[in-house]
Amino acid sequence: MQPVLDVKKLTMDFGGLRALEGIDLQVNRGEIVALIGPNGAGKTTFFNCITGIYEPSGGDMIINPPDKPAKRINKLKPNTVTESGLARTFQNIRLFQKMTVLENVMVARHCRTRSGILGAIFRGTKTCAEEQEMVDFSYRMLEKVGLEGYVNDLAQELPYGAQRRLEIARAMATEPFLLLLDEPAAGMNPRETRELDALITRIRDEENLSILLIEHDMKLVMSISQRIYVLDYGKMIARGTPAEVAADPNVVKAYLGETFDA
Amino acid sequence: MDSEKRPMLPLIGSEIVKSTLTALWFMFLTFPIMVIKISPLDKTIHWRWMNLVYVGAGAFFLSFLWRYFMERKVQGARADEDGGWQKRAGQRISTDRRIYLPGLIALGAFVAIFPFLFSSYQTSIMITALMYVMLGLGLNIVVGLAGLLNLGYVAFYAVGAYFFALMNHHFGLGFWFALPMAGAIAAIFGILLGFPVLRLRGDYLAIVTLGFGEIIRLILENWNDFSFGPSGIAGISRPGIMGASLTLHQHTIYLYYIMIVMVVFTMIVVGRLRNSRIGRAWIALREDEVACQAMGIDKAKTKLMAFALGATWAGFVGCIFAAKTTFINPSSFTFMESAIILSIVVLGGMGSIMGVVVGAFILILLPEYLRAFSEYRMLVFGASMVLIMVFRPQGIIGGIRQHYTFQRKPAADAGEGGDAACA
Amino acid sequence: MEYFLELFFGGLTRGSIYALIALGYTMVYGIIELINFAHGEIYMIGAFTALIAASALAMLGMDGWSLLALSGVIAIIYSAAYGFTIEKIAYKPLRKAQRLSPLISAIGMSIFLQNYVLLAQTSDFLSFPALIDEFSFMENVTIIGSAELVIIITTAVATAILTLFIKFTRMGRAMRAVAQDKTMAMLLGVNVNRVISATFIIGSALAAVGGVLISSQIGQINFYIGFIAGIKAFTAAVLGGIGSIPGAVLGGLVLGWTESFATGYISSDYEDVFAFGLLVFILIFRPAGILGKASSEKV
Ligand SMILES: Nc1ncnc2c1ncn2[C@@H]1O[C@H](COP(=O)(O)OP(=O)(O)O)[C@@H](O)[C@H]1O
Ligand SMILES: [Mg+2]
Repeated sequence: MQPVLDVKKLTMDFGGLRALEGIDLQVNRGEIVALIGPNGAGKTTFFNCITGIYEPSGGDMIINPPDKPAKRINKLKPNTVTESGLARTFQNIRLFQKMTVLENVMVARHCRTRSGILGAIFRGTKTCAEEQEMVDFSYRMLEKVGLEGYVNDLAQELPYGAQRRLEIARAMATEPFLLLLDEPAAGMNPRETRELDALITRIRDEENLSILLIEHDMKLVMSISQRIYVLDYGKMIARGTPAEVAADPNVVKAYLGETFDA
Repeated sequence: MDSEKRPMLPLIGSEIVKSTLTALWFMFLTFPIMVIKISPLDKTIHWRWMNLVYVGAGAFFLSFLWRYFMERKVQGARADEDGGWQKRAGQRISTDRRIYLPGLIALGAFVAIFPFLFSSYQTSIMITALMYVMLGLGLNIVVGLAGLLNLGYVAFYAVGAYFFALMNHHFGLGFWFALPMAGAIAAIFGILLGFPVLRLRGDYLAIVTLGFGEIIRLILENWNDFSFGPSGIAGISRPGIMGASLTLHQHTIYLYYIMIVMVVFTMIVVGRLRNSRIGRAWIALREDEVACQAMGIDKAKTKLMAFALGATWAGFVGCIFAAKTTFINPSSFTFMESAIILSIVVLGGMGSIMGVVVGAFILILLPEYLRAFSEYRMLVFGASMVLIMVFRPQGIIGGIRQHYTFQRKPAADAGEGGDAACA
Repeated sequence: MEYFLELFFGGLTRGSIYALIALGYTMVYGIIELINFAHGEIYMIGAFTALIAASALAMLGMDGWSLLALSGVIAIIYSAAYGFTIEKIAYKPLRKAQRLSPLISAIGMSIFLQNYVLLAQTSDFLSFPALIDEFSFMENVTIIGSAELVIIITTAVATAILTLFIKFTRMGRAMRAVAQDKTMAMLLGVNVNRVISATFIIGSALAAVGGVLISSQIGQINFYIGFIAGIKAFTAAVLGGIGSIPGAVLGGLVLGWTESFATGYISSDYEDVFAFGLLVFILIFRPAGILGKASSEKV
């Protein structure tokens, strides 16, 4: 079977700085894959490239949605990438702070719904039905991440851990086949991290999707991911199962050089 | 905080010292401009020492207020209590029928008989205020909801006005035909301007729109063959009812009711848009452009829609303005006009419909009725824009988000939120 | 050819003034990413203060170069004081606010200052004394006047001093550090508030220099001169690449020449349209400006 995400020789330059160099990475159907590496290794940049936020300087990115033909996503705009089934969260939380929790998720239904300005003004039955569908769907997503008690609160009023989970719910509302999580456990306490561990696995099973995850918390990474890629200074220095990666001398060296890293 | 530990007297003393220093600083600062006045004709200098006293006294007391409110703002950010209280009250008033229905009926009755209670002059002022309500609501779509700071909004207003004026002048086109067309033409201009500026950051966008607004005005001023230049266009027809001839007074009353209908229509439209798929996309775009795109929203399309829709309303009001005054020239469409409309939105509360209505009435009616005050109108506009941004960025009435209610559990039909959404 | 040279020097003079004001925009933008909308008003207040000071001093019997120097210094001090105060009132409380808040505050401040001068002084044009005397050696030169020569030289000197200041002084280094990364500079012990204040003071002082010089050359001022000049100077700053000091000067000159040649050879009715058109054009096709580097937002 083809991988759902197939990245080949991805390179990204910022002026003189080469943030990514010839990165190859695959995610297979139903897998949880982790991307790790010291701070500044280029992990977030990798996400930004595949989600169309940055335009990579070279390489190929191909997706294989389960029910649609394969597609190159090289020069697509971020919204088109999301529409084709990739959704992400952000390392430095980027919620719509002045909107309610439910609305944050409803915004993500935008690309799966159609009603326009006239529909909004005249509120025909079709628009109303769609609006109802949006509310219901979003509510279900919030239930999944355990935020159904906060629907009407503003996103900025949520505690930190809840904001991270809201990011996940929002990404899921776009109905992705591949979910990209950028340091979902950052800033969480150990108990929240354990719950997150269960949540990620449950989402993968219930929603039938694949997950690519950037994370610093090694316990979390080791326990949930099937495969791990290790990035250092923009280069892929190791790949394999958790056990293989943990034993790789390159990885140990990269991490020892970065003792301040969490 | 530590103020409780410190003894009271030195504290008051230090506050007085601070205010005195502030007062002295402002006396120094305003000295040349407030105190000295040169008569250009006889080259004499007029000294106005009293102004120095006023500035000193004013700065002394205002600096107390400034520090007091600053302190409260800092604490407010920590506790956020009274914001919560106000929000709940606002939510309550806007959702509880028993509270707002009687008020609404009383207001409706007053609005309906207003022209018969007051003179033609008063009615005419009210029409102007209502026009600004509409302009404010239109700009609110662009600035308040979509977060695109448009400083050239007046250009679309001018487009609407000149469209009607020229069509009426050359082809005798009537008001009712021109009104929707003025909106459409303005929308096209909105899109034409929108396209090239899509990629720009917020503050650059502000400057480009400002430049665009000025270009339109300068063209109207200089292109005599097209726009009749600074002398403008006179004799534009007023709206008619099936050929009946009305007196000036009747015309005013008629226009008043047209405006009431238009304003109610606008409020409904903006209110519905705000809680719609498009409206949420606008707000998301305002809150975080990157995240908004990453959630699957087409930035270009969404921005253009906001531009076009905002411009449409300016076009409508422009057409009405031309019909009301029967004479237009470029001097009605200066940057100051854009600034006034913007300050209505800012003062009232960005994204808030009631806020804009209240803001328009305050900013347009207050100077009209307090004649002594009208000279200071722009001064107060400017100062209030600064103060609002510093102390109450959400405006007089902040935007209130829609609440949804859900019954516990049944996941299949997750509740009655949809009823609220589409009531 | 003579006409061409006249336009060339006319544009150079204009451009110098734009450059002097644009430096303030570019410095402030470089440091706090704010379009200081009230900057044009600082320039206007500088011109008014100079006019008032010159009139008062002239009554005391002063004249010639000492009158120009003293009223110029007073104008510079006052403009700097205004710039400093404006930052404290309208921008400092908004450092952490939403993106548009400081910009709206700046627009409010600009409107406030215009009307403050309008109410406290007059809405009429005031005639500004020609403070710059004709040089005797310039008698036979027709393509450029003495006042224009002074303007061009002053701009060149002011820019040179500013460049040296930013390159070689402690405060200059701190400014560059804050412009690069505010948080980092703070961690390294730079007093960011002081740096921002200094930026406003220097920018305002330069605007005052521009205000005094151009008023003396044109011969009249009113409360509104800051608005148009401000927008044009901003255009110049963007044209050159906002945040860049040589860019501001280059942008000012390009804009000055564009206006001068366009009005001279095409039509003088549309003088401001050329400037605004250039602004719109630049922002759309090369928002980073001539010398600016395109940068992408870090996500
Ligand atoms: N927009 C950008 N412009 C310039 N450099 C960038 C940009 N985005 C990221 N970088 C650089 O790329 C490198 C990798 O950053 P990042 O992907 O955020 O690392 P990680 O997520 O692994 O901690 C860093 O050196 C960072 O400074
Ligand atoms: Mg990262």
